[in-house]
Amino acid sequence: MKTITANRLVDGDVVWLGRNGDWVEFVEAAWILNSEEEMRAAEEFAKAGEASQYVLGTYAIDLELKDGHLQPTALKERIRAKGPTTRLDLGKQAQRLLRSA
Amino acid sequence: MYRYDEFDQDFVDQRVTQFEDQVRRRMTGELTEEEFKPLRLMNGLYLQLHAYMLRVAIPYGTINARQMRKLADIARTYDRGYGHFTTRQNIQFNWPKLSDTPKILRELADVEMHAIQTSGNCIRNVTSDQFAGAAADEFADPRVYAEILRQWSSLHPEFLFLPRKFKIAITGAEQDRAAVQVHDIGLQLTQNEDGDIGFVVFVGGGLGRTPMVGRKVRDFLPENDLLAYSEAILRVYNRYGRRDNKYKARIKILVHETGLEELKQDIETEFEATKNGILDLPHNEIERINEYFAPPSFEVLPSISTELESAKRDNRDLALFASRNLHAHKAAGYTSVTISLKPIGGAPGDATAEQMDVIADLAERFGHDELRVTHEQNLVLPHVKLKDVPLIFKVLKANDLADANAGLITDMIACPGLDYCALANARSIPIAQEISKRFEEVKRKNEIGDLKLKISGCINACGHHHVGHIGILGVDRKGEELYQITLGGSADQNTSIGKIIGRGFPEAEITDAVEIVVDTYLVNRLDSEESFIEAYRRLGDQPFKDALYGA
Repeated sequence: MKTITANRLVDGDVVWLGRNGDWVEFVEAAWILNSEEEMRAAEEFAKAGEASQYVLGTYAIDLELKDGHLQPTALKERIRAKGPTTRLDLGKQAQRLLRSA
Repeated sequence: MYRYDEFDQDFVDQRVTQFEDQVRRRMTGELTEEEFKPLRLMNGLYLQLHAYMLRVAIPYGTINARQMRKLADIARTYDRGYGHFTTRQNIQFNWPKLSDTPKILRELADVEMHAIQTSGNCIRNVTSDQFAGAAADEFADPRVYAEILRQWSSLHPEFLFLPRKFKIAITGAEQDRAAVQVHDIGLQLTQNEDGDIGFVVFVGGGLGRTPMVGRKVRDFLPENDLLAYSEAILRVYNRYGRRDNKYKARIKILVHETGLEELKQDIETEFEATKNGILDLPHNEIERINEYFAPPSFEVLPSISTELESAKRDNRDLALFASRNLHAHKAAGYTSVTISLKPIGGAPGDATAEQMDVIADLAERFGHDELRVTHEQNLVLPHVKLKDVPLIFKVLKANDLADANAGLITDMIACPGLDYCALANARSIPIAQEISKRFEEVKRKNEIGDLKLKISGCINACGHHHVGHIGILGVDRKGEELYQITLGGSADQNTSIGKIIGRGFPEAEITDAVEIVVDTYLVNRLDSEESFIEAYRRLGDQPFKDALYGA
């Protein structure tokens, strides 16, 4: 399983490619790519996202299922998906708390 | 401290206007990221893991209350309420929006600050002793020369596209608190037999993946040759430094590959062609800059403050604070106070906007409106009266800033690591926090005494682990964080590079390993006067190896 990630140009926020070629703010909403064909289609969206100046630095990352939850495989990508491990009040993890409050 | 003249202000204002336009063109797509990246880096703007990061220059770590309040204001208005003070005596904001950065830079320009040359392959912020102009053991104030170097190196047209970044540090005291021997150029103020001021010059020091101690190229460089000689070094580097491999592009590699004698000859030849020209430093210009750094008018005070001594007797915490965080001042009755940004369990170097405001107030009220950022990621009130220390301590304590740990094991350097940095392989801050909690107990850490522990989250060594008495390097081993220990590093006048002691430790074991190293020192030291580094130099690494890995 893979998905595509980037940073949003205007604020640098971490985003992932959504199923419709949109860019989503939480990895749970990312488009999960299970085939070469899906990857090729996703890469086209990624190129378009860069061309339209919405995002920069697009690249593919590995995902895995852990305890029933989807998460990036690499620690660096898990930190991007959540926020600093030492500041739970910052990053996606903090926004997630706000959303669920 | 130095104040901008009309040329400085105009130059910084123009630069903001230029960057405003560059950001506008990036947002509209006129500039691609490839085109924009070198431009944003020239203005200190990086893209990190979670967001952009803006690194603001604090020349030689000197800053006043108004500037500190502006940094607090920027943290509150444009960031997440805090800033991170760095080993380059700068500050980093971790969450600015690209669209806000021109406004931030405009606000900084209003208080004579900027982010120019805090990144990129150019001459970076010149760093210095945090006690410059105050220390009792100082020979001359190094900031005068740091400022002259700053003016010379700012947008120097020949040196904006060097093979790699270039760092200069300068100290004016025997005790080197500026780590000059691990800089591309290290300068030590000195005087010759005739009493003339000059510099001992080191070239080619550096950390990163190939740590090297700087080599001495001059025992005495006359004061007025400072710029001509620096220009000669930079010219030789710019011409011969490698551009084919960024890992071999620093001047330390050039020194190593060319050989010291040949390189010295190259520098001297270039210097012969440069000296006695436009870069000759006129004495009246040195005097003019010197005036900016004239010491405040100190009162005549007794060298011992009865107020402080009596308050210490009544307050054990104050006594402890005074024993660790005060540094001897050149004026009787005065001291320099280190404000530790290393609270137990905190992130080294972080300060909240509120804390920055409090510290600015203290500087104004008690400290002649001066503050310093240390390369060890603390702040300093350089000039305060001993008798004001009890009240300063009270205010610091009320704001979680009174940790009495300057120079102790919990006063460690740590880079931002994988929690923020796009280059990191492992986290640094959580390791620092765990170690700090392990050695929290006051009696124990004071019994251990002077110990410099430094942590980097990757081989780029921003956390200076190579020169830690105990260094920790985080690496990625098959997706897991692993931490290597080095021992015996030092960044003072007896600079040495630490040696890797053996295989690394996973996150869950590294704090135990550090504790074993420390306990081994305590058991083996001659007495409590023998510091960790002295004991290590006497004992070698075998006892530590045996304790960590078994005999």
